[in-house]
Amino acid sequence: MTGQPLLEADGLHKAFGPTKALDGASIAIRAGEIVAIMGPSGSGKSTLLHCLAGIVRPDSGHVRYQGAEISALSDGERSALRRTQFGFVFQFGQLVPELTCLENIALPLRMEGVRRREAEARAAEWLDRLDLADVGRKRPGEVSGGQGQRVAVARALVTRPRAVFADEPTGALDSLNGERVMRLLTEAARETGAAVVLVTHEARVAGYSDREIVVRDGRTRDIAREMEGAL
Amino acid sequence: MSVGRGRASASRDVLLGMRFAFAGGRDGWTRTVLTAVGVGIGVALLLLAAAVPGALQARQERTAARSDLRLGEQIPAAADTMLVAQADTLFRHTPVHGRLLHPEGPRAPIPPGLTAVPRPGEVVVSPALRELLDSPDGRLFAPRLDGARVTGTIRQEGLSGPGELAFYRGVDALPADEVTRLRTFGDSPSSEGLGTVLTILVVIIIVVLLLPIAVFLAAAVRFGSESRDRRMAALRLIGADRRMTRLMAAGETMAGACLGLVVGGVLFLVGRQVAPMVSLWDISVYASDVRPSLPLVAVIVLAVPAMSVAVSVIALRGVAIEPLGVTRRATPPRRRLWWRLVLPGIGLALLVPLVGGLPETMGGVVQYQVAAGAVLLLIGAVTVLPWVIELVVRPLGGGPVGWQLAVRRLQLDSAMSARLVNGIAVAVAGAIALQMLFAAAQKESTVQTRQDPSRAQAQIRTHDPASAGLIAVRLRATPGVTRATETLVGGVSAEPHAGAAGQDPVFALLQVGDCAALAEYAALGSCAGGDVFIARATPVDPAAQEAIRPGATVTVGEGGPRWKVPGDARQVPARKDPSGVYQDVILATPGAIDARAMPRLIANTFVSVDPGDPDAMERVRNVVAQLDPVGTVATLAASETVGRFDGIRRGLYVGVMVTLLLIGASMLVGTVEQLRDRRRLLAMLVAVGTRRSALSWSVLWQTFIPVMIGIVLAVVFGLGLGVALLRMVSVPVSIDWAAVAISAGIGAAVVLLVTASSLPTLWRLTRPEGLRME
Amino acid sequence: MSIGQTFLGLLESGPRHGYDLKKTYDDRFGHARPLHYGQVYATLSRLLKDGLVELDGVEPGEGPERKRYAVTSAGVSDVELWLASAEKPEPYLQNTLYTKVILALLTGRSAADLLDVQRAEHLRLMRELTRRKAGGDLADNLVCDHALFHLDADLRWLELTAARLDDLRRQVRA
Ligand SMILES: Nc1ncnc2c1ncn2[C@@H]1O[C@H](COP(=O)(O)OP(=O)(O)O)[C@@H](O)[C@H]1O
Ligand SMILES: [Mg+2]
Repeated sequence: MTGQPLLEADGLHKAFGPTKALDGASIAIRAGEIVAIMGPSGSGKSTLLHCLAGIVRPDSGHVRYQGAEISALSDGERSALRRTQFGFVFQFGQLVPELTCLENIALPLRMEGVRRREAEARAAEWLDRLDLADVGRKRPGEVSGGQGQRVAVARALVTRPRAVFADEPTGALDSLNGERVMRLLTEAARETGAAVVLVTHEARVAGYSDREIVVRDGRTRDIAREMEGAL
Repeated sequence: MSVGRGRASASRDVLLGMRFAFAGGRDGWTRTVLTAVGVGIGVALLLLAAAVPGALQARQERTAARSDLRLGEQIPAAADTMLVAQADTLFRHTPVHGRLLHPEGPRAPIPPGLTAVPRPGEVVVSPALRELLDSPDGRLFAPRLDGARVTGTIRQEGLSGPGELAFYRGVDALPADEVTRLRTFGDSPSSEGLGTVLTILVVIIIVVLLLPIAVFLAAAVRFGSESRDRRMAALRLIGADRRMTRLMAAGETMAGACLGLVVGGVLFLVGRQVAPMVSLWDISVYASDVRPSLPLVAVIVLAVPAMSVAVSVIALRGVAIEPLGVTRRATPPRRRLWWRLVLPGIGLALLVPLVGGLPETMGGVVQYQVAAGAVLLLIGAVTVLPWVIELVVRPLGGGPVGWQLAVRRLQLDSAMSARLVNGIAVAVAGAIALQMLFAAAQKESTVQTRQDPSRAQAQIRTHDPASAGLIAVRLRATPGVTRATETLVGGVSAEPHAGAAGQDPVFALLQVGDCAALAEYAALGSCAGGDVFIARATPVDPAAQEAIRPGATVTVGEGGPRWKVPGDARQVPARKDPSGVYQDVILATPGAIDARAMPRLIANTFVSVDPGDPDAMERVRNVVAQLDPVGTVATLAASETVGRFDGIRRGLYVGVMVTLLLIGASMLVGTVEQLRDRRRLLAMLVAVGTRRSALSWSVLWQTFIPVMIGIVLAVVFGLGLGVALLRMVSVPVSIDWAAVAISAGIGAAVVLLVTASSLPTLWRLTRPEGLRME
Repeated sequence: MSIGQTFLGLLESGPRHGYDLKKTYDDRFGHARPLHYGQVYATLSRLLKDGLVELDGVEPGEGPERKRYAVTSAGVSDVELWLASAEKPEPYLQNTLYTKVILALLTGRSAADLLDVQRAEHLRLMRELTRRKAGGDLADNLVCDHALFHLDADLRWLELTAARLDDLRRQVRA
């Protein structure tokens, strides 16, 4: 537990109307570690992830990335942060249906101004790495759910982000495909040194993490730490 | 479903669908209202179009009923005859229908719209003229009524429209040769129909304005179809079969369309009340004239819901509504070109035989042939469009992210954008063809008059001998008049030279006036009172040179007194007068001839007015009307254009603009709908850091590319149709590039408007809330 | 082992006879395998010896076993400790977990806490198995998967039950 965490949230509160989605949530993620966020549905897991990634601004509390306060950044700066430092994998529906899989993977690079030719060459490397060699030219509508999620993983990692946010990445997959996606995601993240924030309610998926944080009614608990402390 | 499902259950499904149109919360309502308003606008326009012929007919019937033209034998004066003289004039640029009435007996006919014939010194005016007289401008017109007292207004049946300026004035005497004696009004032979060019114009106008409305209607009934499809999927999940979903979709659309009919009816009734307030090209209509014929109304009332149902059912063909969701066909069937060319091909085949000249008057068949040809050719723009869009879009690639997103989207589903652009293509193509026809028609009807407005701006002719000599004097004293020269003019004939017996007499003009007035007709050289000149036009006619020479004797008028041309008359070269006449003429100063002894000489006056004084011409008309109510004032212009074409062209632009705005509105709805459909993806893209500008660009390109393709296609088809039409009316083909540019520009403006208006939605949808799963 | 804690937990609601304890245990947790009387009395005398229960009184009558037992405060904290401590994760843990959950319910304790603690412990093992899978051969994988799925099933059941019980509690309170 030495050194500054890569990403740190402290005392987050967020309400949507009367619903308190977050009610004093805190979390710290160190570089390269894989943290599972678990908890029942509606407990605020996704909201916490959105706050960590600078997609949603908390009502109060701090989110720091490499020591810098994220909520102090402008919308444009946060977008740029997400584009360059973060990667995202959602449950489904994140691929642009009219682009080919290869183009989808290359999209973040293209948004960074990388030339089309080079962006697609780099995207193609990720195709191989994620056993997707034959789907590059297909559109998302023409590939299986597992392949689509692996394309999303490739798209999340293609910019070599420092952190990948995955919200129920296997939620729509069967066991085998879920397993495969998780294995490829975590292996690739460890290789590239990216931290992974993994929202899931499945223990077998959380098994790929280094530790887990439980969210209940908008509050976080680190049970493992509590148990250590209790002994 | 069981085999026993019969008609009853089918109608139940339809009813259920109708209920859906009004259920479903705010979204459902918005969708239905949008459809109803869209259909309503379309229906109102259709009803209006259907009412135009009736309105023109009513107008025509009224003008025919008051007609006082009479051909044939003169009838003798009797107790039931009326003497009528024309006193038409212009006020500024608006024509005024004016008549002088002198009943010859107690049973003289009363003009339609009047309760009694005005007595001498009385005048009955139209409401519009009364309004004019009551306005500050009234004193500029009042003198033309010669102090008569306004004793009544002309009712609707005596006027062409509510905006018409008209008066009937009673007089106690009328000059014999400028009057018509009538036993009844409206006894003249019916006027001939429109000319060939005008008929084609009307046909094409109707086609051009109605086709986009049809396209718009088709788009309007599909508003909100995406969410409807999703709802149908949910119904399939609980056991509705394909047939039921189709019936329910039909019911739902029909509900929207029927509501649209009601909205359209209301809009039309409201618009009808507004109609009398507008006056286009000096044509105004009464609200009661705007009455679509019953069969046309029936067609609209039946066709609109039928079409809407057909459209929504056809639209469902490309969509598979499965219990677990809606799938659009992943790979749309490859577009084949040949059948898309069949319709425009038939259109062209119909038009080509007519190229090279139409018959003078249009028979019914030819008229339909032209209409059908034009419609098919224009529809060709619609059928070819998706193919062309696909052809153009397929090889596209590269470029920035926004462009890539747009291009890929178009490649995946070009039908959607083609559908949105169809209307624009038709409207622009039609507008271009019409503009070409108008430009040609305008050129055709622009006549070089050979008049010379730099020498005089008006020519006045009066018949009243009492006014002779007075006109110029009174005009010179009128403010704004800078110059007035008056002559008395009449025809003369001379026996051909002896020895050439059996030949026809030689005719020439005799002009009597002072030296300044005579100088308009010839280069006089020196001139003094008592001089006589013979002005010769070149090339010289030897017969005239022989017959009309100094010392010859001529007959003035038909069988009038004889007059000997003085022997010392000088022969001078003739000069074109301000009205463009150039001919042999005998010029005499008053000292050389007693004009009063000559019968039936007409006073001819050329007037120049101060160009900076817009009222000067009105004062001239007043002076003339007072001296001779049946005298005419003709303004002189180097060329004469049938001015109403300007108005028609402007009106056409307005019409096209309105259509394009309509289509823009439906494009906007389509674009917003599509954005909403993709809200999750959009939110996701923004979540991963996509710049909103890139998404905005993709929306712009996505609209821009198909619209530009549509416009290019429209230009091609429009020019094609235009050329065909021009050849048909045998007019040399010339392309009006300005019209092309304007039409294309309007189309481009629509793109920008649509994109700009959809951006707020885009921004709203890309807020992180969109990430939430429903 | 856990029969003793179970008895203590049952006694928390009030003193009971040994016969009552056996009957309740058999109804609630015994399933197809009822306790032997010998087992019951052996357990009770052990608890008595350890000071976790005490005699509440002996009723007069013909039957030999008319003793009533009550839980001592030491017994209550023993139950407390047992419920709070994680079970060693193992397949077919369900019986123990089930017992814990029902007891948590009967004693008004939060089932969610139980779940969180147990999940942490389960996950520790599951991480281990997942890691072993990554390095191992197919046979290893199969074995690990077998264990993983059972552990997963435990947690799911626990999750569901906890959620149900929390719901129920909310209803009761409302
Ligand atoms: N955009 C939103 N508007 C309103 N309520 C929201 C919104 N996002 C989340 N919530 C509410 O906040 C709570 C937490 O949601 P979420 O973080 O998505 O939970 P989880 O991902 O753990 O299922 C839920 O009650 C949810 O309904
Ligand atoms: Mg969630």
